[in-house]
Amino acid sequence: MTIHRRTFLGVAGLSAVALAGKSTIGALAKAGEEAAPAAGTATRWAMVIDPQRCLRKEGCKDCIGACDKVHNVPLFQDKDHEVKWIWKEPFENAFTGEENPYTAEALKDKPVLVFCNHCDNPPCVRVCPTKATWKREDGIVMMDWHRCIGCRYCMAACPYGSRSFNWLDPRPRIPALDPEFPTRTKGVVEKCTFCEERLAKGEQPACVEACPEKALVFGNLDDPASEVRSLLREHFTIRRKPELGTQPEIYYIV
Amino acid sequence: MRDRGLIFTGLVLFLGLITFPVWYNLASGTSSKPPELKLPTAEKQCVAPTETMRMSHMEMLITWRDQVVRQNDRTYVAADGKRYDMSLTNTCLKCHDNKAEFCDKCHDYAGVKPYCWDCHIDPKLVQRSKG
Repeated sequence: MTIHRRTFLGVAGLSAVALAGKSTIGALAKAGEEAAPAAGTATRWAMVIDPQRCLRKEGCKDCIGACDKVHNVPLFQDKDHEVKWIWKEPFENAFTGEENPYTAEALKDKPVLVFCNHCDNPPCVRVCPTKATWKREDGIVMMDWHRCIGCRYCMAACPYGSRSFNWLDPRPRIPALDPEFPTRTKGVVEKCTFCEERLAKGEQPACVEACPEKALVFGNLDDPASEVRSLLREHFTIRRKPELGTQPEIYYIV
Repeated sequence: MRDRGLIFTGLVLFLGLITFPVWYNLASGTSSKPPELKLPTAEKQCVAPTETMRMSHMEMLITWRDQVVRQNDRTYVAADGKRYDMSLTNTCLKCHDNKAEFCDKCHDYAGVKPYCWDCHIDPKLVQRSKG
């Protein structure tokens, strides 16, 4: 049997194509395996807030006081210099786009607790030029105050106004210094860190612990048996400005 | 060479003037004396040998800082296996409770100004302001 040159070249070419295709598919399949996350070990911290419970005790500021105390948050009377980690915001300001002509009537002077949303897709992290703020694996949008250069890009990027800038030296404005936690200096941005220093010790965030009405529930979203997950299963919840695609991880029960 | 006397007098005067700080310090006896630091009385053992701490405590603190803030890893395992919480205020200053007579004294002598204390708090300062 003789093989013509044309047949030989055809068979050789097809074999080469088949070999190349096989190795490509193999490489792609491998990449897919590596990209899949390890199941069962993940932690994703989040908070569920019940605004109705929060409103039960009128004028209550226990959570705000507790947070300010453990984190040495300065108290500036001047709005321009204000530093806030957790604070109360009128409903229509916290949930812009949710207002209707009768909102004011129903919720007049009724504030909602707001703080850093620890977004899944945090715009502040994207813009930080020094990686002074970043998203940890457990979802906390963390800050490294050592590395902050005070450019305030993050403040411009955050759609929730969760970040504050120290225009003045905060130390003289701290009512009671807690030596266990550092203060910040002039020229540094600060915000809520989900009490990561307390989580490391196995404690709950200070605001959650301080709330007399148990209106704040903190937990792991990746654990289907957690309290936050069961609350999210049982109630309708809303988030602040979800249309922006930041995927905030603070849920408000409606 | 009629100006020889003048030149040498000038040279001696010049050398004397530019080395004045050296003579001054030698005479007053300040530079040759290392600072006397107040060591903790309650605890005898530090997280690392004295020599290591003296030479590279600053590098250790920077490493601790990055480990805690950026890696969320808060435990330091010493050479002898003892575990410590990596914290300037809550670990170092718990034993070295006299910052002024320990940290500051040596930093002043060496002419370094670490900015740790711009944010981290000396617990002594808080007690004093309270009392």
